[in-house]
Amino acid sequence: MLWDPQLLLNAIVSGLLLGGFYAAVTVGVSISFGMLDIVNIAHPAFIMLGSYVAFLLNGTFGLDPILSSIIVLPAFFALGALVYQIYYVAFERRGQESLRGLAFFFGLLFISEVGLILVFGVDYRFVEAPYIGPSLHLGFLDFPLRMLIPCAVSLAVLASLQLYLSRTFMGRAIAAVSQDPLALRLMAANPTRVKRIAFALSIATASIAGALLIVIQPVEPSMGRDYIGRVFAICVLGGMGSFPGTLLAAMLLGVIENITSTFYGPSWSPAVAFGFLLLTLAFRPAGILGR
Amino acid sequence: MRSGTFFFAALAVAGLAFESLRLLENEYLFFAGYVVLQYVVLATAWNILGGYTGYVNFGTAAFFALGAYTSVALGKLVALPIPALMLAGGVISGVVGLGMGYLTLRLRGVFFAIATLALAVVVQTLITNWDFVGGSRGAYTVRPAVVPLLGSYVQYLFLVMLALAVIAIAIAHAVEGSRLGYGFATIRDDEAAAEASGVPTLRLKLVATTLSGALMGMAGAPLPYYVTYLDPASGFNLAYAVNSIAMPLIGGMTSWVGPLIGALLLGSVQQVATVSNWFGGHPEVNLLIVGVLLILFVIAAPNGIVGLIGAEARRSGRR
Repeated sequence: MLWDPQLLLNAIVSGLLLGGFYAAVTVGVSISFGMLDIVNIAHPAFIMLGSYVAFLLNGTFGLDPILSSIIVLPAFFALGALVYQIYYVAFERRGQESLRGLAFFFGLLFISEVGLILVFGVDYRFVEAPYIGPSLHLGFLDFPLRMLIPCAVSLAVLASLQLYLSRTFMGRAIAAVSQDPLALRLMAANPTRVKRIAFALSIATASIAGALLIVIQPVEPSMGRDYIGRVFAICVLGGMGSFPGTLLAAMLLGVIENITSTFYGPSWSPAVAFGFLLLTLAFRPAGILGR
Repeated sequence: MRSGTFFFAALAVAGLAFESLRLLENEYLFFAGYVVLQYVVLATAWNILGGYTGYVNFGTAAFFALGAYTSVALGKLVALPIPALMLAGGVISGVVGLGMGYLTLRLRGVFFAIATLALAVVVQTLITNWDFVGGSRGAYTVRPAVVPLLGSYVQYLFLVMLALAVIAIAIAHAVEGSRLGYGFATIRDDEAAAEASGVPTLRLKLVATTLSGALMGMAGAPLPYYVTYLDPASGFNLAYAVNSIAMPLIGGMTSWVGPLIGALLLGSVQQVATVSNWFGGHPEVNLLIVGVLLILFVIAAPNGIVGLIGAEARRSGRR
């Protein structure tokens, strides 16, 4: 195996860009699982839904995929609020959220995936945008725009969410509900309402992440499954609800995955991501930034 | 009922079912029935860990496929009868189950579930990159020319799986009424309290992961001989993981009856759906059926069909 330094550097750079995108995919789970303790394993399915909405809007109106994902944010927010309401009434209120809630999201994952298959078929779908194709070159380093732009958008999403959580009243309430819902109730705030907004926010991020995904590569409905392990690996590794941790873990995973597929072939890269997760869970369940 | 009596009663029921299926003289029934029975074993095995101790395993496909690939690997070296392959597959998957238990013993609840999901992908990647068992191209298996006991190979496979189903159910029944079963239940209800009261939770969890994994591996061992061509995508099919979770949840998780009812019901519905081309016969429609039923049941009937029947019985008893 030849470890060509130029190839290695390129693999690291594109791994960092990929990791930036992974952060956008994971941030929703960092909110729902990391902060609210809701094991939304159907999050990748919502991301696929976001991809197909971007595909539809791009195909019929010629809208920019990322712009269209921002336009449909309210719809995804409402969908998230609805899902949380069902989850709350059926499981959380009865105190059965752990096992049965998990099964609920598991079922949701398949319904949404098969729904997409029945509507769009199993063919790969893609979008048209001016930044898909060209690359920036710095010396021997390549920066393909279709990776660079998703990474930049992802960083913007993370930064604005971080600002929202630390600066606004509702954002601080979300942080509070993740730390101590009882104390929030004693302050005469309604934890359920706060959680509903936070969960809706997490699903709204899936809209943008979905658009980024279809910019990076053509999509087909069952692709979401590959992301289940990845997002939870990043979320746990990043120390659950922390956004800087999520970004760090996402970039770490992106780089490791990319180096593996560059030097050993893409068929090995899933094992790296998941093996990483397995080792994290076994030896460092608090994450890399954890106490 | 005592375990021995229960085992022979189950054996008698199974024998009766087999003989009456033979009277219908339809090979397809055995072909479809094999899949249903395979799900009976998988659902029962999943329930030993998931239902009795409350640890959700998303990695059924990994244990199942490990059993199948053990058969493929052994089949390349020596010719062994299927029951021997099942034992081998059970040992391999049981050891992996034990290893997984050790690796994840610090993880509770959800984290355990995510770890099993990761394990499934790691095992699949290893098998996909292992050329000896065909790698991603898959492997062909030649069925033996001579069929022991019966005239048809499919009937033989059916009978073997039927026997395994009886064994699995008998084990589940025996566990339920034993000290082991009560230990499992304490873990499910409150692991911290159980540990504080002196229940050896770690050892019990390892017993559960090993037992559950071994049964799944045994269920997978005859698969190469059933399909004759096995590739990682079909061996590690997500349907195994989904069904083995959905079946106990829909049937009821507290006793051995639940997974059995769930597997017979869901398994048969899926076979009928496949044959009668519902929604244009798309293979993914099976997943849709399972997904919808799963959601309906966890919301409307959290204790499954067994729970519904129990509630109905209590209501009529009060009247």
